[in-house]
Formats: sequence, structure tokens, C-alpha cells
Amino acid sequence: MSLFDIFNVAGSAMSAQSLRLNTTASNMANAQSVASSPEEAYRARQPVFAAVFKSLYGNDPNASVKVLGVTESQAPAPQRYDPGNPLANEEGYVFLSNVNAVDEMANMISASRSYQNNVEVMNTSKQLLLSVLRLGQ
Amino acid sequence: MPINLDSALGNLPQALSLRARRTELLASNMANVDTPNYKSRDIDFNTAMKQAQAPHQASLKVTHAGHLQPGNTMAGGVQVMYRIPNQPSLDGNTVDGQLEQAAFSSNAVQHQATLTFLSGRFRGLLSAIKGE
Repeated sequence: MSLFDIFNVAGSAMSAQSLRLNTTASNMANAQSVASSPEEAYRARQPVFAAVFKSLYGNDPNASVKVLGVTESQAPAPQRYDPGNPLANEEGYVFLSNVNAVDEMANMISASRSYQNNVEVMNTSKQLLLSVLRLGQ
Repeated sequence: MPINLDSALGNLPQALSLRARRTELLASNMANVDTPNYKSRDIDFNTAMKQAQAPHQASLKVTHAGHLQPGNTMAGGVQVMYRIPNQPSLDGNTVDGQLEQAAFSSNAVQHQATLTFLSGRFRGLLSAIKGE
């Protein structure tokens, strides 16, 4: 019985979702930071997930999750006219981060939900495996 | 009269192994709920049970160790199918989180039930052997 693979799959999903939660936390923390130029402004970061299949030929459809990397959003950094700010450029503009707070809240809810679901999956398969050990008693 | 274990246990061992495979598949679906371009998969349990009990006619005959089975069968000739998505999605992911949770829960309960029945059979055999 290969229920043990589920621990690997659910564990990888939990790790991926916790990384997603980490990037969301970073984005929310830096949502109000300003910079002098668009290149230095904080850009929202998102992880990219990919499925890792156990076998090349599709005979074994188990797929764990892998994080390919963290990409930065290419949306333009909004600017604000604030000549009194020490970081303002020559025209008096500062550049804000391109983090969208609503997006980040939705990501956070989705990531925490997925994390809880995967914990449930792990608990259930652990109970099933323990039941097998008690067969015949 | 020797006890024939195969007929004593019936089709429960096959049902158990199929339930375990389906649990794995549904767990993979739930793990990949956010992965772009991942297509949700499942097996039709009743069809697969009937196929497991009848002799294999659907899988391709292999005459060499290098011959492959068609891409959507698991080991043992069980047909793995794709789920039809209810909603379109931007990133190509077809996993519906709620549907997968419901399927996983019901499959886990049935898996537990199969284990309980198997355990009952073993206890019956044990009491027959002990002569109680």
C-alpha cells in the first residue's frame, strides 16, 4: 500500500503554501515603503508553483508541488507628489510600491485554506495507515 | 479442509488497494490546487473494481520489458481519467478545492470501512482456527 507517498505530496504542498504566505507577509509589510526611482520601488512578489509527477509516462499520477521561484510583479509603481519627502526626486515625486492590498488578502486566505486542507489530508492518511496496523485486533 | 484465504477474504484486498490508490490521487489533486496548468484526475471506482475482478482485456499486451502502457493507465490497468471542470480558470488549473475535499472525505470513510470489514474477516478466521 503506497499511502506513504501522501506524506511527501501533502508535505510539499504545505511547504509551498507557507512560502506563499511568507511572500504575502513581505508584500503587506512593504506596501507603504517609498523610493526615489521606479527601479528602487518595492515590487510585489509571488511564488510560481509547478507539479512534479512521479513518473514520466503518466502511469503514476501522483504529483507533488515544487516552487520554481519567486517572481516580481511588473505592474508600474505609482507615484505621488511629495516635495517635502527626503526621498523625493528632482521633480518632487516619490514612487510607492505596486502592492495591491486586496490581492494580498485574497492570497493569504487562499494559502491558509490550502494549508489547512493539506494538514487534514495528512491526518486522515496517517489514521488510515494506523488502522491497517490494527487489522485483526 | 484447508482454509482458502482468497475466497475467505473475497474482493476486499483488491478494494483496499484501489481505495489506497484513489486516496493518493485525490491527495495529489488537493496539493496542486494552486499549480498553473495542473489537470485534476480521478478514477471511476466501480468500473475499476469490475475490471479488477474480471480478467484483463482492456490493457495492451506487452511482449517486451520496454513496452509501455497507454499514458492514462496506472499499474494494473486502472484507467485514470480527467475531471471536467465546472468553471474556466486563467492559469489552466482545473482543480475544484471543494469537490476534491468532498471526494477525499468520502473516499477516506469508505477506505476505513473496507479496513474494518477486512479486520472482521480476519477475526472470524482467527476464531475458526482457535475453534471458539
